Order: sequence, then C-alpha cells, then structure tokens
Amino acid sequence: MSHVKAFCPNCGAPVEFLWSSAVQTTCEFCKSILVRRDVSLERVGQVADLPPDVSPIQILTEGLYRGKSFQVVGRILYEYELGGWNEWHCVYNDGTSGWLSDAQAEYAVSFLVQPPAPLPPADRIARGGTFHWNGTLYQVTTITRARYVGVQGELPFEYWDKSAALFADLGTPDARFGAIDYTENPPLLFLGESVGFDSLKLKNLREFEGW
Amino acid sequence: MATPPQVKALACPNCGAGVQVRTYARTLNVVCVNCLTVLDASTPELQILQKFEGATRIRPLVPLGKRGKLESEAWENIGFQVREIVVDGVPYQWHEYLLFNPYKGYRYLTEYDGHWNDVKTLKSIPSPCTVSGKPAVQVLGRTYRHFQSAEATTVYVMGEFPWQVRVGDQVRVADYVAPPFMVSSETTADEVTWSIGEYTDGRRIFQAFELKEAPPAPRGVYANQPSPYAGRTKRAWTTWLFLNILLFALMFFFSIFTGNQVVLDKSYYFTTASKGEASFVTDVFELKGRISNVELTTSTDLDNDWAYFGFALVNEATGQGYDFGREVSCYYGRDSDGSWSEGGRNDSVVIPSVPPGRYYLRVEPEMQSDASGGGSADHRMNYRLQLRRDVPYNAFFWFAALLLLVPPVFTSLRRAGFETRRWNESDYAGGSSGGSDSSSSDD
Repeated sequence: MSHVKAFCPNCGAPVEFLWSSAVQTTCEFCKSILVRRDVSLERVGQVADLPPDVSPIQILTEGLYRGKSFQVVGRILYEYELGGWNEWHCVYNDGTSGWLSDAQAEYAVSFLVQPPAPLPPADRIARGGTFHWNGTLYQVTTITRARYVGVQGELPFEYWDKSAALFADLGTPDARFGAIDYTENPPLLFLGESVGFDSLKLKNLREFEGW
Repeated sequence: MATPPQVKALACPNCGAGVQVRTYARTLNVVCVNCLTVLDASTPELQILQKFEGATRIRPLVPLGKRGKLESEAWENIGFQVREIVVDGVPYQWHEYLLFNPYKGYRYLTEYDGHWNDVKTLKSIPSPCTVSGKPAVQVLGRTYRHFQSAEATTVYVMGEFPWQVRVGDQVRVADYVAPPFMVSSETTADEVTWSIGEYTDGRRIFQAFELKEAPPAPRGVYANQPSPYAGRTKRAWTTWLFLNILLFALMFFFSIFTGNQVVLDKSYYFTTASKGEASFVTDVFELKGRISNVELTTSTDLDNDWAYFGFALVNEATGQGYDFGREVSCYYGRDSDGSWSEGGRNDSVVIPSVPPGRYYLRVEPEMQSDASGGGSADHRMNYRLQLRRDVPYNAFFWFAALLLLVPPVFTSLRRAGFETRRWNESDYAGGSSGGSDSSSSDD
C-alpha cells in the first residue's frame, strides 16, 4: 500500500491515500468529496453530517479473511427501514479490494464480480427468485429499499450523487451471500459469504462504553 | 464521527416514566416498562406507536437490562415479548428474550414451560426435502423434520427492539427439529427469516444471568429436547454387542479347550421278546482331569414307539452312582390337519460335576411289553450310547445372551416412548410420524 499524498482543493488540508487505486475519498477536515482526475483532486460535493454510528467497525479497522489481511479504508452508509447499514470498503494485502457489510450486526464479506449472466432489471427482481451461478443456487432473500446517506474515506469508484438505492440480497444453502446493487446501470453484482464476527479477527475496533 | 452514549435516558410521553434506550441508534422501537406503550425510538420525542390495552402484566424471568455471560461473551437482555399460537382452539404462549452485544449483534432466548432454546439468525437458506414422505429441510449438514406450522401472534412486548414491534403482529412460523437443534422460519408478506435454536438447560441461562431463584422445571417433552435415551440406546446396544462378542469368544474358547473326549461309544440291540434280565453294565472307562461334566447321547431307531432307559453312572472304586432315567419316544403320522410328529429318536443329557475316576455305566432299557400294551408284535430297537467327558455346555451361553438383551431392549422402548411424547405435540400427533429412530444425526 503506497501512501499518495495530495491536498484538498477546498481547504488545502493534506489528503492521504491508504490505497493507491482509490478513485474517490473524503477530506477529513472539510468533508469535501474528492474525486481523482489524472493527477489532481476534484471536489464534487460535500458529505452531510453522518448520523451517530452503531457499527463496531471504523476506518482503519483491520481483519483477516481467508488468510488475507485487510484494512478498512472507506464506507458507504445507507439507511433502510431497520436503521443504518454500512458497506465498509476493505483493501486486502494483495492490493485487491472488497466489502464488509454490517447491517444489524450481521456481517458479510463480498467482492464486486462480473455477473455470470445478465442481471434482471429492477422491476423484474422479486423475493424467492433464483439464479444458478457457477454451480451454486442463489435465492433472493430480501429486496431492500435503502436511502443513500453518505460516504467516508476511499472508494474504488465514484459514489456521491445518489438518493434511493435498491438492493436485492441473495442467500444460498451454504451461507454464501450475494447482493445486486441497482444504483448503477447495468446493476452491480457482489458475491461473498456471511461471516461470523469472531472469524474476521478484527482489530482496531470502536470501543463501546461499558462493553 | 460522533460516538453516541450507549445508554440514553428519556421520558415516556405517555406516562412520564423514565425510558432507557440501551442500544441507541440500533433501536427502532422501545416499549415503556412502566405503561407498556410502544414508542418510536428513531424520533427524538419518542412518538407513541401503540398503547397497551392488555389486562395482565407478564414478568420476564430474566429482567430487562440484565447482562449475562454466554460462552464468556457478555449479552444484555434488552427486549422481551410473549408470542402465542392457537392449536385446536387452545392458546400456547412462549416467551422470547432479545439479547444484544454491540459487536456480536443479536441473539434470542425462548422459553416454553421451562424448556429453553438459545437462538441465532441462520445465515444459510435451508433447502426443502422429505423424510419418509413428510416435509423436512436440510441445512448445514443436518436434516430437520417438520414439527409444526402455526400463525404466531405477539401478545406482549417490553423493552427495545431493532425492528418494528406491535402487540397483534402476526407471522407464520414453521418449526423443524433435529434434537437438540431446531430451525424455524418466520414468514411475513415481505420476507422469510430463518433461525436456528439449540435446546439448553434453564439452569445454564439462570447461571449466565446470575439469577438467584431456580429456573422453572420443564414440563412435558419439547420439540427439540434431546432424548435422554438417544445416547443411552446407542451405548446400550454397543455394550450389548461388545458383551456378545465376549460371550461368543468365551463359548469358542470353552469349545476348544474342553476335553470333549469320547469315553464310551457302543451300539446295542434290545427286544421285548427276550425274557432275560434287560439290565447290563458297560466296560469300565476312565474319566480324566478335573471335576467336570459327562454327556450321554442315546441314538435309537424307534419308529412310532417309545423306550425308557434306566441309567446309573457308577464309580468303580467307591460304588457311588449317579442314577437317572431317560425316555425316548418318536411318533409321527398324518391326520386331517396334515402330517404331524412328536418327540425324536435321539436324546442327550449332561451330568454335571463328575469327579475323575474309573466308572462304568449300568443300562436298563425298557419298552412296551405285550402284556401291558396288548399289541401282538414284539417291540425292538437298535440303539447306540455315546459318553463324552468334559463337553462345552452351550445352553448357559444362550441363556446369558438372552439376558444381555434385556437392558438395550428396555432402553429402546423407553426411547420410543419419549419420541411418541415429543411427536404428540406436533402437527403429526397420533399418526405413525414419531419414529423411534430419527434418521437425522441426533446421537
């Protein structure tokens, strides 16, 4: 991980990149959303104050998944009917990146993948629908209508001018996990697995008073 | 990023009592412990969602706000609800405790009639299948047999919940069992959620939460209560198998190492026509070794006839004898019911504990005489006497084998009884659904 240094075009504060392939980050001081354009940073917006956080994970949390260590470098925060829901952007020690989601303290690790077959459009996806991908039967478990709340830190793509977000969560008989993200067109597919909190051996977690 | 205080104290807009929100931002609804009003925890003014209209208050066995240790992890009891199903007009209620840990998330405890389950959300989707024609699901390498489906209604709520909760909420629940585990689905219009519970001793829960009183004693047999006979049945049969192997090894050992030596083998002829003294003595033979048994086998060619033998095994030196009589009879024929037969041509008897020494056998054969029977013809037979020293005595072993069967058969019956009681509470009560040997891995 090379640490590229730049300066916020809005407030001039130093902006440090933990991940050299990051496309977007936020300024820690003025909350500007900054997108990399060739060699310079462009300010594309501003993050509103994020609501109080409930996730034990935070930027710089470290963990281990399938023998590879990772570090949390960014996140997208959504709200859905049950409250806040974080998609933590994790950078692995081999330079790849993926996601660790925390919704109601249910954790899942996933990676952006090329869909094995074209994904159905948003109005054609329903709970109970199934997909046969690479010999695994994925079933649509929930359709979540979420609201984009904000971003923090480094992301692998530009993600800032969103509002409503539709997700289809997928499950399998062997605890694998998938999510179709309809905020993009064509939709994005993330595949991975549900994980137990302990299995990730997370370090540098948030501390909760009294726990 | 602002870190919220973990516990937030507010006032109930309905009764003014203090309302604690322990998990802050994760909590969606909070129910005032004082007036049982359901409040919207996501609004600063705790908007009233539902007022309590019930008549009775229900006391949770694990108090709200109490923190306990399960598997050395701290869990706080934050929510309590009572849910009810109605089967054949009879309401059944169970209690549900919602436990929270800011890192590990949520976990549930359920209690019905003193039976506890430790429940977690299932992250895999069970696949439907059948077991002997009845519905079942498979997940994580186990097969769970369908136990009961019902409409569950929330009848009482207290504390805080990370979801919308109201008295009167209804979900369709289906339970599948593979003791000590149970997987359950809850279906609403919007989603299906699966959970997995493990049957647990109430004492473990009370210990975990450091509750002073004793947990209520469980009544009846619960859906996923592990059978106390499950392991025992298997153990009983394993022991039985082991003892049988031992027994047959012993039997084999004795059959090899017993002398089983023929000391007399002679054929004779007898007829009632001869008017002389029928009794005679054999040559002297030697019984060697330790005190042991002697087996006398009598083989005849009787044909629809009988014979009686008066025997005496006499010690030549002391004159001491073992007197015994044997009757051999062999009859057969045909009548309206078909062919029949009775008795046999051969006889065998074992004389136990005969000391070594020189012996002879006195034999006195006897058959139906013309005078007593009224038959015209003489009765006659050829017969052979065989005397063996130190024979293996297998009857003892067969009797022992039979005795050994008692404990495992008894345990198996007890186990079948337990399973019947379990399945009597299910949707399959009264049918042949029980099955004393569940095919799933319950041992």
